[in-house]
Parts: sequence; C-alpha cells; structure tokens
Amino acid sequence: MKVQLTINGRRFDREVEPRQLLVHFLRDLGGLTGTKVGCDTSQCGACTVLLDGVAVKSCTCLTVQADGCQVTTVEGLSRDGKLHPLQEAFWNKHGLQCGYCTPGMILASHELLRTNPDPSEPEIRHALEGNMCRCTGYQNIVRSVKEAAKTMAGGSQ
Amino acid sequence: MTTRMFGSAIRRREDPRLITGSALYTDDMTLPGMLHAAMLRSPYAHARIRSIDASAALEAEGVVAVYTSADAEGELNPVPCAWLLPNSGLVVADYPSLAKDTVRYVGDIVAVVVAETRYQAYDALDLIDVDYDPLPAVTSPEQAAQPDAPQLHENVPGNQAFHWTLTGGDVEAAFANADVVLHEHIVQQRLIPNAMETRATLAHYIQASGELTVWNTTQNPHILRFVSSAVTGVPEDRLRVIAPEVGGGFGSKIAAYPADFITMLCSKKLGRPVKWAETRSENYQATTHGRDHVQEVELAATKDGKITGLRAKVWSGMGAYLSLAAPGIPTILHGLMLSGVYDIPAIQEDVYGIHTNTTPVEAYRGAGRPEATFMLECLVDRLAKELGLDPAEVRRRNFIPAFDNGHPVVTGLTYDSGNYQGALDKLLDKAGYQDLRRQQAEARENGRYLGLGLATYVEICGLGPSQVAGAIGFQGGLWESAIVRFHPSGKVHVFIGASPHGQGEETTFAQIISSELGVSPDDVKVVHGDTDNTPMGWGTYGSRTTAVGGAALAVTARKIRDKAKIIAAHLLEAAVEDMDYEDGKFFVKGSPDQAKTIQEVALMANVAWNMPAGVEAGLEASTFYDPPNFVYPFGAHLAVVEVDPETGQVDLQRYVCVDDCGPQINPMIVEGQVHGGVVQGVGQALWEGAVYDEDGQLLTGAMLDYAIPRADRLPNIEVHSTVTPSPHHPLGVKGIGEAGTIASTVAVYNAVMDAVAPLGVQRIAMPFTPERVWRAIQDAKEA
Repeated sequence: MKVQLTINGRRFDREVEPRQLLVHFLRDLGGLTGTKVGCDTSQCGACTVLLDGVAVKSCTCLTVQADGCQVTTVEGLSRDGKLHPLQEAFWNKHGLQCGYCTPGMILASHELLRTNPDPSEPEIRHALEGNMCRCTGYQNIVRSVKEAAKTMAGGSQ
Repeated sequence: MTTRMFGSAIRRREDPRLITGSALYTDDMTLPGMLHAAMLRSPYAHARIRSIDASAALEAEGVVAVYTSADAEGELNPVPCAWLLPNSGLVVADYPSLAKDTVRYVGDIVAVVVAETRYQAYDALDLIDVDYDPLPAVTSPEQAAQPDAPQLHENVPGNQAFHWTLTGGDVEAAFANADVVLHEHIVQQRLIPNAMETRATLAHYIQASGELTVWNTTQNPHILRFVSSAVTGVPEDRLRVIAPEVGGGFGSKIAAYPADFITMLCSKKLGRPVKWAETRSENYQATTHGRDHVQEVELAATKDGKITGLRAKVWSGMGAYLSLAAPGIPTILHGLMLSGVYDIPAIQEDVYGIHTNTTPVEAYRGAGRPEATFMLECLVDRLAKELGLDPAEVRRRNFIPAFDNGHPVVTGLTYDSGNYQGALDKLLDKAGYQDLRRQQAEARENGRYLGLGLATYVEICGLGPSQVAGAIGFQGGLWESAIVRFHPSGKVHVFIGASPHGQGEETTFAQIISSELGVSPDDVKVVHGDTDNTPMGWGTYGSRTTAVGGAALAVTARKIRDKAKIIAAHLLEAAVEDMDYEDGKFFVKGSPDQAKTIQEVALMANVAWNMPAGVEAGLEASTFYDPPNFVYPFGAHLAVVEVDPETGQVDLQRYVCVDDCGPQINPMIVEGQVHGGVVQGVGQALWEGAVYDEDGQLLTGAMLDYAIPRADRLPNIEVHSTVTPSPHHPLGVKGIGEAGTIASTVAVYNAVMDAVAPLGVQRIAMPFTPERVWRAIQDAKEA
C-alpha cells in the first residue's frame, strides 16, 4: 500500500506491506533508529512517538494507520542544535543510564506535560507507568520531568 | 579546579547521544547486503527430534538459507562453560548451538532461517516442520535432584552438574552447643533480567580475508572474541567484536550464546552480513535467567543472640545447560559470603548445581550475593524475634568491629575494610528508627500492620586477583587494562578493556584522568567496547569496572605524570627530584610561576624536538592491573511497609539506605546506581518471578505476565553513604553497581514479615503478591 508520512518535518512517500508496524517503518525505511523496540506486547513504551502531536506506542500502530500523519520521534525534538527542555532535564538530573528506554520516556513525558504542564509527583509516576526502565528505578526520571515542567513553564511566560 | 573533579556530580558525557536518539545499539546497525536471521526454537521443554523438514521454508519468498545442526557439524564447537569449579565433581554436558537430536528447554534452537528481510525470516519459521517426540520434563532443581526425575544429559547422572562444599570452623560443635537453633526454607525464585534492550548480533564475515566482525550486545567484548574464536575457529587476530551502545545487561549479557554463534556461522557460510535481533518473548525464553535457589538453612546462636554457626544446603537450578560463568555464581560468589558482616565461627554449605528443563541460569545483578545476604539477614531477624530483641541490637552484638586494613572470616576470605556498625547507626539515625518503631506500635493498636525490615550487608566485588580466579576454576584472568594517550594538542584518549553499558564510566573515568593529570574532563575521550582498538580486558560485571579498571586507569595516569615530570624538568633545566606537581602543572619547588603545563609537555613529547636523553617520544602509558584483593562494599538498608490484611496488598512506604563504596568519584552516578539496584531487589520481593508449568512451559513468557517494577509502585529511595576507603585500591574506591540489589530484597522481606508477625504468619514465598500474602494470613488464622 502507498503511504505518505511526514516524520520530523520530512516527507516520506513509500510502498509498505499492510501489516508493517509504524516502528519498523521509522527504523527500517525512515532510518530513524532513535525509536526503540523493547517488547512485543506494548508494555515497555520504548517505541513511544508523537502521532499528530499525541503520544502513541509505535509498535501498536500500523504504518498505514499513520498515513497522512505527522510523526515526531526523539530525533525531531531538538531544534537548531538546541536540546528540548525535556532532553536537557534528563541530562541534568541523570534521568538515564543505558539510554534504551530514554527516547520513549522523553516522548511519554512530552505527552504528560502537553496535557498537564505542572504535574505532581504521583501524576508523573502515573503517567509513566506504561514506560519501563530497568536502570534508574525511575526516581531521577521523575526529577527530570519536574525540572522540564519548571523550565517549560518559565519559557512560556 | 580540575583536581576537584574527583567527587563532583558532573553531568554524564555519554548522555547527549542517548537523549537525542543518535546512539547506535546493535539492532540499529545496517550493512550493505545485510540479511536477517530468525531462530526456530523448541516449543517443548524436553523432546527428541525425529525429523526436520525445511523444504517449504526454503521455497518461501526472500529466504536465502535454512540451517540445522547438520549444517553446524564440524563448523561450531560446543558452547563452552568457563567456570570449572575445582573439587566439585563438575561435569560439563555437551551444549550445542543447534540442538542435535534432543531439545532440553523451551527456547532451545532447532533451526535458523536467513532471509532478505526480518518479516520474511519470521514468516518462514512457520513453514519448518519439526517432528518431536516429547519426553517428561522437570523444572524445579529440588525435584530434578530426586532419583526418579527425568534425566537431561547422559553424562550427568542425577542431573547433578556439581556438588560444591564449604566448611569453616567446627559446625557440629556449634550446633551441639547452641541455645537456639533456627531453621528456614527459602525459595529464591527464578528471575528474568529484562535489560530493556534485548540481545542482538550482527556478524560480517569476509570470505576473501577470513575476517569476522561481530557487533553484539555484550558486557564483555574481549571474552566474546576469545570464546567465539574457540567456537567458530576464526583466529582471534581476524575476529573483531564490537559492543556498540548496549542497553543494560544485569548479567544477562555476560554469556556467549548459541544464537550469537549461529549468526556468525550464517555469515560465514553466506559471505554476507547477517543480523539477528531477539524478540522480547525470545529473550524471556532464551536469554539467561537469575537466582533459582532452593535453600535449607540453619542458624545456631546463644541465648544472648550471638551467632555461633550457620549450616545450609542449596539446590541451585542451572537450567538445561551450563552457561558461561554459571557454576561460580551459587558457590564462590555465594557460599564464601555466608559470614556476611558478622564474625560467625563455623559455617558449612553444600551446593548442588542441578540441571532442569529450563532456560540456563547465569549471573543476575548481585549474582550469588543477594542469595547469601538473604539467608543470613532473614535468619538474623528470626533470631531477634525468637529472643525478643530488636533486630538492630542482634546485629550490633554480632558485627565485625570496624577495621581498615583486612579482616579474615571463616569462609577463607579477607575483607578489605569495613565499619558495619557505623553504617547501621547512620541508617537508624537518618530513618528515625526509634520513632518508626513507636509509629508501628501505635498502628498495631489501631489494627494497621506496619513493618520495618533491616538488612545489613557486605559484598565481594571488584573481581578480582587473577591468581585467585585460577584457583577457583575461572578460565580467565580478572585484571583490567587501560591505555592513556596524550595528543599533541593536550587532548586525551583513554582506551579501556572493560565495557560499560549504562554505568557512566565515560564520565567517571574522565574525572579520574582530570583529577590525576589536571586536564578538563571535556578534553578526555574514553573509548571502550571494540576489541580492535582497546586493550584486552575481562569486561563489565560484578561491580568491577571502576574497582579494577579504575585502578588500572589511576596507575596509568601516574605513569604519565612521572614521565611528564621528567620532560618538564628537562624543559625547565631542573633536576627531576626538585620538581613539584600540582593540578596539571610541573614546576621547580617553590617556583610555581615558572611552570610547564601537562599540555605543553604533551606537545613536546609528541613533536620530540627537545627531549631528555634516553626518554622516548610520545606521552602514552598502559597498565594491566591485577588487584591484590577483592573489594568489599557494605551498608545498611531499611524498608518500611504496610500490609493490608484484608487484601494482602503490600505498600512500600519508605526505603532508606546507607551504602559505603569508599570515596565516590561522581555522587550523582553512585546515587543512580543505588536507586536502580534497590528497585531491582524490591522487584524480586514484591513482583517478579519466572513461572514454569509442570511440562516446562514458561508461563511468564512476556512482559504482560512478568511484573517488573513500574514508576507508580515505588517510593523515593532515600540514599545516604559512609566513606571507608579500600586500603589496596589506588583511589580507595569500591564497586556500587550491585549493592542495592544485594540488600533490598531481604530488607523488604523482613519488613513484610515484621508487619504480619502479629497475625501469626511465619513464612511467605516471594514474590509477595496480594494473593500470597492474603492466603498466608488466612492460613495463620486457621492454624
């Protein structure tokens, strides 16, 4: 099937199998390997991307379902060499160790802050319960999201 | 300024590539002409293979080849076991990469498909027809040791791979003279490591030159090269292993695996790059598991609470085959640590390594030490209850007094330094222990069940002196290496043999160089993970990278400093013995204004226009550092839980810990290691457990069924520390990667048992799911 996706602002017109998962399109055809595959049951969230601005697990979405959509992956977050406040905060607060869950974690956090710009700690923990990390114990991820929320609130004033 | 880099919580140098998605992990690699491999794995835990028909698969679109054991004949040697425990009757069963006539666990590889795309390879797996003749299976190590149990290997009677024993002191007398003898039956359930990145291999064999390059998700690329050379026959000088970005390991990426060798074989046969990347379900079935002990333990003590003896029998599940380091985990890394933080005069242990029709077991974060700490610490709490003493008081009565340069224990080890009472005192203070006990008493009066669980621990890490490695049957060395190279511009390359994969040594090692040589950490690039450009090293596991590799680096930096001083003295026309060094500057004593910087010296050493007589050009040094002893980090942890007796739900309310890993190079990274370690151990106590049914089917076969800790189920971990330097490490540092896991499982266990003690509950098997806790409460009510 023919699809047309815009990924991080770049247009892709491709022929794909109807069964192809979006995450495989991004990684194999888009060459965007920042998006990771961590499981096969939509549990881990490593493959989280933004589809028309809303976070989805790209292993649970067919490429054809994303036809005509705008996709943002971790590679598309920083602009003109400047890190997104979430990226900066994960760096500042040691919100990652091996880094494998990080792209999904950052985009899931992006979704949280889009819908709730000033989340409490329980709200952050609840929002990230669909993203697994085996290294950090989540504590510094929570700190990172808090810092990013603060930075982003400051930036919008 | 730079000398203060040691101890600074600076941001990690590895992070920019990780937070932007530009880091490349194995499965992110693509080579021109690359093919994709998929493994056909046995759906039976134990079966004979009658026949394999791959003809339909070979006809399928995109399929290039299908290989079975016949194709590996003469091409792949057996998968080796590299920890050959002496004096244990160890028998190593044949471990073929591709199963020959028998499969022995669900996940054993029967065939491999190579195709143009990953989808095509997986499609073709369904077209291979394997005729199996199922055999009876056994999954519990205790049952597999029974005389009538199904037998896995012809040359391993009774499924017993080894029987290891440890005796120190007069155990018989200790138990004969004891006022109190306590018995405990403990099941250390099998765990699935769950590194977020599953395993993968990309193999590229060039037939014209006979060179094989392997990208792999390994914790130890040099070991993988060594082993892969032995298995595939490709000489080590033509075999290059690259561990690119690696997404966590926790022990599961130590071993060299059948699928790795099969992928190499495919590339060798086809002369094209072949990539295999495991699915998560495959990872659950075939990447090594951890723990799996059944323990019978007895503790002897006086009526004053002084421990006089410990006696244990352990049935340790090995899975279907002996994984690379497996025999050493439940023995050397477990039995030798049974004295813990206490002076116990008599200890005896029998460990039976037993094959079962399950996934092979390997090191898993803590590896042997959590299982030892658990035994001791749960019995110490039992002893406290038995004698009506506070658990903190029983520990105080048994601690080894503070020591700073060596303390022998009855198991034969000599701990390097420790102050166990100091760590516990700080914990009790920081946690407000007395207050918590008061709150607990009040809560009980109101029908609420709060529990406090202590765990004090010492662990052996920084593996280790190579002479000891040889004596305990480890078929390798345990030293580490470092090369430090100054470029003409004063920038520095560090090449290390270890292979960090999330632990942050690209940063902490730059901090070591910075503090030793006065350059900015931003001017230091740490290179690791590629056997073609790093010196031999034994890898990253057992909390050893900083404990051994960091020592190698410090010694190397000091060699550089010595040489630079000679060159600087020459440039300043001074005698070497008159020279002083401070913060990257060399100067004549008393004249710091007339200094040569390390950068100036590096430039001269590299251009070599004006060198002292007899001094070689270049500013580079290397070290192969073999530590004189292990290091022994320690600490004290406290868990606070509330148990709801109506639902059995356990709520972990607080977790406070004091860990001592000596001086901390980067406290932010140390704290992160503690967070992650503690949570992994909490996972074992509360949620995690691999479950097989009686036929050997893995019921927890996906992340849906195996509960790893999630963000919304955890409190913040309150992290504190004490600092007791190791006397033999050049920087005084010890390891911290596993500490949290070693203490936290039993801390939570003790807390839950403390909470339900008034309800008469004696024992609950982990993990503490609400159903198990509720049933234990109901059973106690009925009893």
